[in-house]
Amino acid sequence: MELNKTVGKSISRLEGKLKVTGAAKYAAEYKVDDLLHGYVVSSPVTKGKITKIDTSRAMAIPGVIEVLSHENRPKLAWFDLQYMDMDAPPGTVFKPLYDENILYNGQPIALVVARDFETARYASAQIDFEFEEEIFQTCLEDNLDKARPAKKGFATALKPPPPPPTGEFETAFANAAVKVESEFQHGTEHHNPIELFATTTVYEGKGKLTIYDKTQGTINNQLFVANIFGLRYKNVRVLAPFVGGAFGSGLRPQYQLFLCVMAALHLKQNVRVVLDRKQMFSFSHRPPAIQKMRFASDMNGRLTALGHEVVAETSNFEDYTEPTASWSHRLYPAPNTLFKHKIVPLDVYTPMDMRAPGGSTALHAIECTMDELSYKLKIDPLELRLINYSDVDQASKKPYTSKALRECYLQAAEKFGWKDRNPEPRSMKRGNKLVGYGMATGIWDAYQFPARVQLMMNSDGLLVVNNATTDIGTGTLTVMTQIAADELGLSLENVDFRYGDSKKPFSMFQGGSAITSSTGVAIVVAARALRKKLLKKAAEMNSSPFKKAGDEDVFFESGNMHLKKDPAVMISLKDIIAFNKGIPIKTTNMGKPHMLKLRKYSLATHSASFVEVEVDQDVGTVTVTRAVTAVAAGKIINPKTARSQILGSMIWGVSKALHEETIMDAKLGKYMNANLGEYHIPVHADIGELDVIFADEKDELINELGTKGVGEIGLVGMPAAISNAIFHATGKRIYKLPIHFDELI
Amino acid sequence: MNNFGYKQAEDTREAISLIEHNETAKFVAGGTNLIDLWKYNIANPSQLIDINHLAELSEIKTLEHGGLRLGAGVKNADTAYHPVVEHQYPLLSKAILAGASAQIRNMASNGGNLLQRTRCYYFYDAEVPCNKRIPGSGCPAKDGYNRIHAILGTSEHCIAVFPSDMCVALAALDAVVNITGPTGNRSIAFADFHRLPDNRPDLDNNLKKDELITSIDLPEKGFAANYAYLKLRDRHSYAFALVSVATALELKGNTIEDVKIALGGVAHKPWRSTEAEEFLKGKAANAENFSIAADLILQGAKGFGYNEFKIKLAKKAIIRNGLMALNPESQLPGAQPSA
Repeated sequence: MELNKTVGKSISRLEGKLKVTGAAKYAAEYKVDDLLHGYVVSSPVTKGKITKIDTSRAMAIPGVIEVLSHENRPKLAWFDLQYMDMDAPPGTVFKPLYDENILYNGQPIALVVARDFETARYASAQIDFEFEEEIFQTCLEDNLDKARPAKKGFATALKPPPPPPTGEFETAFANAAVKVESEFQHGTEHHNPIELFATTTVYEGKGKLTIYDKTQGTINNQLFVANIFGLRYKNVRVLAPFVGGAFGSGLRPQYQLFLCVMAALHLKQNVRVVLDRKQMFSFSHRPPAIQKMRFASDMNGRLTALGHEVVAETSNFEDYTEPTASWSHRLYPAPNTLFKHKIVPLDVYTPMDMRAPGGSTALHAIECTMDELSYKLKIDPLELRLINYSDVDQASKKPYTSKALRECYLQAAEKFGWKDRNPEPRSMKRGNKLVGYGMATGIWDAYQFPARVQLMMNSDGLLVVNNATTDIGTGTLTVMTQIAADELGLSLENVDFRYGDSKKPFSMFQGGSAITSSTGVAIVVAARALRKKLLKKAAEMNSSPFKKAGDEDVFFESGNMHLKKDPAVMISLKDIIAFNKGIPIKTTNMGKPHMLKLRKYSLATHSASFVEVEVDQDVGTVTVTRAVTAVAAGKIINPKTARSQILGSMIWGVSKALHEETIMDAKLGKYMNANLGEYHIPVHADIGELDVIFADEKDELINELGTKGVGEIGLVGMPAAISNAIFHATGKRIYKLPIHFDELI
Repeated sequence: MNNFGYKQAEDTREAISLIEHNETAKFVAGGTNLIDLWKYNIANPSQLIDINHLAELSEIKTLEHGGLRLGAGVKNADTAYHPVVEHQYPLLSKAILAGASAQIRNMASNGGNLLQRTRCYYFYDAEVPCNKRIPGSGCPAKDGYNRIHAILGTSEHCIAVFPSDMCVALAALDAVVNITGPTGNRSIAFADFHRLPDNRPDLDNNLKKDELITSIDLPEKGFAANYAYLKLRDRHSYAFALVSVATALELKGNTIEDVKIALGGVAHKPWRSTEAEEFLKGKAANAENFSIAADLILQGAKGFGYNEFKIKLAKKAIIRNGLMALNPESQLPGAQPSA
């Protein structure tokens, strides 16, 4: 029976051919008749007021239809609540073209609509604005005196503030046998998916809109549009079948959606708005943060005190927070803890979740501090982690549903060759290169959101699976098809997963590494119901051998339903539908986390990353020559697409450690390298040999599938592993990311 | 991006006459920099004069008295992989291949490489002051984020660097730039082609508005036995040099008979020091002498905060590249430091 199963097998992504041949359409690529093009005008001023707008020069350009600004925009929903999206932090949501106030540099201040994109872009530079500029603050380091705890709100549920102190931290730290105290600095990063944010709005008339949008949440954006523009939910359809990367930037509706819909409704025409690369730096980013670390242990390496105090940037209108400060306690036991997370509001746009938000920032500081501690203790860094290993989440005092981190450590260390490491810094050399080995731990939440799925068995034997989720490039289409195929005993060709459409049954936005467990579990629940219905229908047939069979007495394989006790007794699913007069048999069901059971447990994925670097002994250039990451994330539905997820995150780890930084000029109040030439991410030449291991982790508690998600865990440990390898190679600890090679000479 | 006219020139004479009579016309070859500048509202030509089809610009040929002529319209990639360049001028080949990306090198012309503009962040942002873009408006780079900026030959008006790799090798090889214009032809020694910013940072070089580069001549001596190009940058490919060094040596045993050293990423033009080169002549090719030469090259170097590191880095790079030139086989792709 297991022979035909696809779950656990490496299946190439089903939409791969569409993507590599260009047949897959993205939000800005749909052919629509009589399409107008909008181009956003961005504020050159960081803070102040628009005192005058003269659009006469722009309006005089042939082909220009309209210039929308706060002065002539249509009436909008008044209350803040109606602007809220599912991922809005506490505060006042930014409202494009709302009034004359400018809150941050690059804020959209007008939309030019023209017959073609080039005319709109040209005209955008022909509008005469006058501004009253105000003093602004955009530098985190200069404004630490304004640090305060974040307000609580809807989003706090997923990002709770750190737990209260335990024990007597200050005393314990002061009197500790061995301790490390340091401060880490992380800069701003922007998501920069290759696909630019874009919206194509088809004006259907009678208050009806079809919207092709770049998003991680079709329903999130449907509700947002309907609420603001006073439309009926059922009249707003948001489609996003293909998404060219998002990494968190599509968790909230972005301003091009708002402006595009506004223009379409105002002009009663089809409109497209595409942001340019510079504008991709005008919304959502990973916030800069300063982390003060104080870890202490006894002489044997047992941690006695964990102190992690974070100050991070937010905007002046929303209190964005990341889960940062308490991760160390979820990994390591210690009787005395002090965790704080404060924010500093600045004149910037609100930061947003960016792949492994909080986790990647925090674990860099935590795992570098553990490395530093290991040197003070003269204990191998891996050994120190094992000394402090715990199957219980110390922050909540709950056991993990499963935790194969020990296996991750040991398997990755073995594959990497960690035992060959001479712990002495600068002791390993290869020609002109100093060689360093470093390791670090990763941890990330295993989320599951409620989701609804409709299953429909058709007369031709095709199972249609409907859910509103997107596939942001992670392989969602493929894994959902695998899960559904196995549940109904079908081949992959006989399953059609239809998604990326707000008209489909509910899915949350695709974030937090949660969708495989969310939509996947809903498929399992719905499949159970569908099998029942199919059996019931089959039993209605004259002299059906299934008349007395219960749910447990049958199995589904190769498009047929069989009796377990006599597998030769079978009926094809097609015949069941034919007996139903060809009418499809369908069911819609909700999958949701088992809160009652799970509240006694802690839920997380884990990883261990081992990295080798070469640092040039004269000029300091760094190469990550190889890396091994072992991941414990429960059941792996598709090892091939999962491996791609981990490889992508490991490369992002290289990026975070060595390359990525958005440069804010605080005197000008703006980002200076807002393009992909100067905002560096790794190129092929920067990436060495990468190895991925999935540790065997059976989790029968977490959900029906035993899955935990792999979207983020591969990134979390890498930056610290690289920093620690650089220390081992050079003897230099660099506390600021990205590490510039010139700091190593 | 404004609307514009487009015309293919039939020959260089027509190209010159077209540009002579239109103040806001521009030549276009590969367009790899011009299109960026245009989209950022920094260049707004009313007329493009396409010079891609000009036969006079499209050849690489050996010169009668020795040396090699590189047509201005020849693509960077075709130049780098040209057999004579690879064998006789490998320093130039390596430097070209250390620049940009394969796609850009396939489009970019030799003449255009000389004329590319600085990558200073402040120059590219039309919303902020910049003396190079708007003379007299100021230079926010001086006390801004200047990690990529110049340490040599700066002025109070501008600290931008010239970004080319190819030109660093051309400077080291003592190339000559051949130009045509309304009043006829002329040639400029490579060292005199690009300018320091002084009080006219808006001028990158000494080419006049209505002149056209037709070719670049390389002298016969190509230093093919002992050369190295080292490019230090924030990632291993597709980034501009923070510091780059082209070193060309002529050795007798271990004694330096002739030497050329040019630096990129440190000034408004490829940087040479006659004093340093004179010092090295007749000396042993070793780290100690390269170190003294480095100090001579970097005399007067001055940082502006974020780019202070370049002074120390440039010194290390000059020494290392001198040693790499002793063993050209040790060089790695992408002009990385040797293994």
